[in-house]
Amino acid sequence: MKTASVKPMQEIIRDGLWKDNPIFRQILGICSTLAVTNLVLNTFVMCTALTLVTALSCWTVSLLRSWTPRNIRMMVQTLIIAFYVIIVDVVLKAYWPDMSRSLGPYVGLIITNCIVMGRCEAFAGSNPPGAAFWDGFFNGLGYSAVLLVIAVIREGLGMGTFCGWPLPYFSTHWDKWIIMVMPPGGFFVLACVIWACRSIRPREVKQ
Amino acid sequence: MNALGAELWQAVVVCFAAVFTNNILLTTFLGMCPFTSVSREVRTAAGLGGAVVFVMTFTCLLNWMAYHWILVPLRLEFFRFILFIIIIAAFVQVVEMILDRFSPRLYQNLGIFLPLITVNCAILGASLFMVIREYSLIVTIGYGFGSGLGWLLAILAMAGIRQRFNESRVPAGLQGPGITLIIAGLMALAFIGFTGVLS
Repeated sequence: MKTASVKPMQEIIRDGLWKDNPIFRQILGICSTLAVTNLVLNTFVMCTALTLVTALSCWTVSLLRSWTPRNIRMMVQTLIIAFYVIIVDVVLKAYWPDMSRSLGPYVGLIITNCIVMGRCEAFAGSNPPGAAFWDGFFNGLGYSAVLLVIAVIREGLGMGTFCGWPLPYFSTHWDKWIIMVMPPGGFFVLACVIWACRSIRPREVKQ
Repeated sequence: MNALGAELWQAVVVCFAAVFTNNILLTTFLGMCPFTSVSREVRTAAGLGGAVVFVMTFTCLLNWMAYHWILVPLRLEFFRFILFIIIIAAFVQVVEMILDRFSPRLYQNLGIFLPLITVNCAILGASLFMVIREYSLIVTIGYGFGSGLGWLLAILAMAGIRQRFNESRVPAGLQGPGITLIIAGLMALAFIGFTGVLS
């Protein structure tokens, strides 16, 4: 990463959302979130949590970057991320216990999500807090967009609903494609989404 | 004695389920990052898988003790994320030092994988699952070992399949992670077939 020059805002937005999109460009961090993509609502909550955690931990890491000794920076970053994840977990448990139960351990697993750590390490460690915050935010957003697409496809094909609302054609005439809401469906849909995105921008893949 | 026997049997069942029907990789998608990046060769996949089995069994055990004997009495359950991460990192570090001191050969084979494991979501995930599902100590050991074994099995199978793929012509957009995910999906389908073998 370039250290001296501050990246302009437009570039941060474009890289996070499309050019360096965490999922189909870097294949990072699908672990903790793919499992909840069988329902759109769960995915939405999970992605919001992840975007917030990424943005805020990037901001904090960047604030503390000149006081953090280099050899223990991974541990410091992990603790910062864990701090924000705990806040999200506690808030969710207090105000939306049903959602907290159905997400199960996945909120906690944001800690080991490679995207958060990856952005902290690659960008926040060498950039001012403001830019780091937006970089984390837009990377989280780019990631969320792809996962929401996957969730819409999976829930629509597998159960004929969108956020629990029946869809016009899929809930009446469509034979429910159960495998889509089961784990194999997650793998297939993600693979197809990556395939589609990489076919649109094939040159990016080569390097 | 009978209660212990029942618990041991439950541990066996949970272990079996963790390997086949509830495979941590193929049903909960945990540990995907190393799964897609380190599955090119059978040898390295086996090394990483072996390290995961070992670390997962022991960290599950340690985390169970830390959670039930320290955090629950103090009512600090929300603190578990940080504690688990620290325990996992410390355990991996200690194992690394012990291996380096007593078995340099094993260290050379396994050494590069150990630091990777600290950030492997599957390790933390197994510990969080064992808390949420309220397993007892003995069942936790079975669960940790089974989950590790399931992960090893999945990555070994994937590496074996991918080696055969070297000569195949995969569509440009699917090369690398894309095709790996499709194979993983097919494997997940196959693993669903184990449902109901042991109950």
